[in-house]
Amino acid sequence: MVESLLFIIMSLITISCAIGVVIQKNPIYSAVFLIQTMVSIAVLYVLLHAEFVAAVQVMVYAGAIMVIFVFVIMLLNLNKESLESDRDKLPLQKPAAITLGLILVVMIGIIMARSIYQGAEGEYPPEVMDKIGNTQLVGKMLFTKYVLPFEITSILLFAAIIGAIVLAKKQIIKEEEL
Amino acid sequence: MTVPLTWYLILSGILFSIGAVGVLINRNALVIFMCIELMLNGVNLAFVTFARQQNSMDGQIFVFFVMTVAAAEAVVGLAIIIALFRNKATVNVDDINLMKW
Repeated sequence: MVESLLFIIMSLITISCAIGVVIQKNPIYSAVFLIQTMVSIAVLYVLLHAEFVAAVQVMVYAGAIMVIFVFVIMLLNLNKESLESDRDKLPLQKPAAITLGLILVVMIGIIMARSIYQGAEGEYPPEVMDKIGNTQLVGKMLFTKYVLPFEITSILLFAAIIGAIVLAKKQIIKEEEL
Repeated sequence: MTVPLTWYLILSGILFSIGAVGVLINRNALVIFMCIELMLNGVNLAFVTFARQQNSMDGQIFVFFVMTVAAAEAVVGLAIIIALFRNKATVNVDDINLMKW
């Protein structure tokens, strides 16, 4: 009963904040709404017995990634004109996009409601998971079965760091030449 | 009474659709990036729900990889936006359509 109530409240908060992200004109308000969306999704992860994923969601998504977003928004310091300009160049854009979005919701809903999920039943029902501990299981899987993707992830992050530095550095050299 | 897992899947579908609509509606490159994060969050919710449904841990592991890709994408994308803003002094995607045609 408590679980259903918590799910309903959190899903309503999630959906309304997600709509807030889309319709807000000021990017900083969108960022704040997005942080709230991520925190309420973390609560849903706890309801789904994924406690470690919930903690990482709050720390990495709401903490790290959104801080980068807010940092960039503050750094660019957009003025009102640049936010409002060319907003109504395509008059049919908004109705068409909302119609397509509703069609997408209906399609996903039909697929989710009708499909029968069949696959190999895993060996970690919630009772077993509670006994061993979610974090311990995640660590075990990450360093045994998924060790190769885990190492490839480090290469991806390395490439992202180099890419960010290259993109930021090129500009400075150009300005010095001028 | 526990919540049917289909509700979680429908919620993840709604989140994904809101993100897709946001990408189509908005002209601000930063908000478009945030809507992409919203779509990734919807996918992550579906992953965790499927993991719970199949009593498996694999879906939860995949969420970590999705998060890593999201972090890398955010860093590189925001670096591109900053570089664009230095050159053209705008983040409106209508003004950055040089490669469109």
